[in-house]
Amino acid sequence: MTYTMPDKRGHFGTYGGRYVPETLMQAVLELDEQYRKALKDKAFTEELNHLLKNYVGRETPLYFAENLTKYAGGAQIYLKREDLNHTGAHKINNSLGQALLTVRMGKKKVVAETGAGQHGVATATACALLNLECIIFMGEEDIRRQQLNVFRMELLGAKVVSVTSGSATLKDAVNEALRYWVTNVEDTHYILGSVMGPHPFPEMVRHFQSVIGEETKKQFLEITGKLPDAAVACIGGGSNAMGMFYPFIEDESVELFGVEAAGIGLESGKHAASLTKGNPGVLHGSYMYLLQDANGQIEEAFSISAGLDYPGVGPEHSYLKDIGRVKYTSITDTEALSALQLLCRTEGIIPALESAHAISYGVKLAKELGKEKSIVICLSGRGDKDVSSVQERLGGDHNE
Amino acid sequence: MNRIEKVFKTLNLKEEKAFVPYIMAGDGGLENLGERITFLERAGATAVEIGIPFSDPVADGPIIQEAGIRALKNNISLRDVIQAIRSIRPIIHIPIILMTYLNPVLAYGRDRCFEDCRNAGVDGFIIPDLPIEEEELLLEKADREGIELIRLVTLTSPVERIQEIAQRGKGFLYAVTVNGITGTRSEFHSQLGDYLQSIKEVSSIPVLAGFGISTPEQVRSISSYCDGVIVGSKIVQLFEQNKQEEIETLIGAVKKVNITE
Repeated sequence: MTYTMPDKRGHFGTYGGRYVPETLMQAVLELDEQYRKALKDKAFTEELNHLLKNYVGRETPLYFAENLTKYAGGAQIYLKREDLNHTGAHKINNSLGQALLTVRMGKKKVVAETGAGQHGVATATACALLNLECIIFMGEEDIRRQQLNVFRMELLGAKVVSVTSGSATLKDAVNEALRYWVTNVEDTHYILGSVMGPHPFPEMVRHFQSVIGEETKKQFLEITGKLPDAAVACIGGGSNAMGMFYPFIEDESVELFGVEAAGIGLESGKHAASLTKGNPGVLHGSYMYLLQDANGQIEEAFSISAGLDYPGVGPEHSYLKDIGRVKYTSITDTEALSALQLLCRTEGIIPALESAHAISYGVKLAKELGKEKSIVICLSGRGDKDVSSVQERLGGDHNE
Repeated sequence: MNRIEKVFKTLNLKEEKAFVPYIMAGDGGLENLGERITFLERAGATAVEIGIPFSDPVADGPIIQEAGIRALKNNISLRDVIQAIRSIRPIIHIPIILMTYLNPVLAYGRDRCFEDCRNAGVDGFIIPDLPIEEEELLLEKADREGIELIRLVTLTSPVERIQEIAQRGKGFLYAVTVNGITGTRSEFHSQLGDYLQSIKEVSSIPVLAGFGISTPEQVRSISSYCDGVIVGSKIVQLFEQNKQEEIETLIGAVKKVNITE
């Protein structure tokens, strides 16, 4: 298949687009123009690649998880080690790219939202490096869950603003970041952290994250002489998944699996599985699958993992679901917690709770596929930030 | 002719400025909707803008956000509001414009929404998260039902874009007076008068200014540059505080504007 999405106006089939207030339209159009100019400018790509190599530490290893493979007793499991990036997750790939773009646009201030805090830390880092003023909106509930990341952002010179409206999580942080952007649009760029929002964000974030899949493809060929049979990644907004999947979309032999957060369970109503249980609609500038009620009110998402706790999913994932190129599935909080412990004990790697969803499904998939096959799981981030909430969960009295 | 066009034609003949108040449907219960609109009509409102509560109102400031939360606590939906308008329409004479984010319209069903709205006597829609780039999603159906999509122009829209939006415009053009969200402001951009007059120059339909307007002085000074004003947060706040007489004063301010054109 040939894959050419999105179209010029940012539509992936019926999804995507630019559903933003008129005040932001000029900024969004200018961003689109500047982004395309930057792509054509060799100096921009060279500068970004230089930073990715020398500052972020790319390329990240593609690691054969021998012990995990033995445990699963099926397909060979490889881990793409995005957790080894500077700041501990894939988010820095995008934050650096957009921060460089901010400098090119002559803007001095950056606003961003964060859920787990990984995108906030990555953005605060890029802003410190490039001398940009940085303000981060974060839900009150997430601030409680991710104290360490809040302090990190502050150490890096960012101002962290607590958001108390709505469910006080990622969705509400995006609302406040958008409101801030509308008010300060003339001198501020919004570094959106996932493959969502108005065009060109989904396409641009995909571009900056595609380094994950491109490296994986090259490394897999070097190590095994072939492409993987499957790639697995967790999905909140969907940026690490899109970065992993995009370079493989036209390779039809590679099955792609996106893993959403099933929270307490898909039937409990407390989950973040927008693709599995949601319906298409418009939120935060884009047409995409959403958790919503019959009247179009957005419902609160729920997951043990702050980074997956979002009631929508990027427009491209919405499209890839409809055309069937990617299979979307889900993993519960309990399964993710077990997978986190499993990876700690078998491989000595503490994964982020987000990534643990992918690990959990990857192990299931490896069992199904059998020993002749090989798969890659995107280990999108490290779990240090989650240690205290995991401790709370495993140490306390919990009835499951 | 749509009710919105008619009312502006009459205003023009009388050389008066327009005042369009905004209220949040279901804030304080949906039972008060007819009563509030009747009150606003008697106080001299040109048309009324009825807000549909939404869980994620990114273009709105704290006052309207909170009113929306109160309405959602009463479980008010777009469907309830359309039904309520249908029952009160016979006693209301001024145009009724719904202000809603896009998603409730999509969830209702695009086609059915405009059909039901026409039957209920709704005259226009303002959808803050639907820029002209995406309006084809709704335009054909709205046109067929004779419902006018009110377009917004802002301080950040370049001249060519304002021209294009003005050309597509129906009813009136909604000129946003601040870079930001709804809510009361003590100060406006020093170039606001120039901005409004430049929009007037390219627009063949009336230009109304809105966002941040909250005092009789602001109503007077801002409407002297255009065809009138839209006041949201302040009206919502005054209803919440039961200060109806202040609403009358605010609406009355528009009658004291000298027409200089």
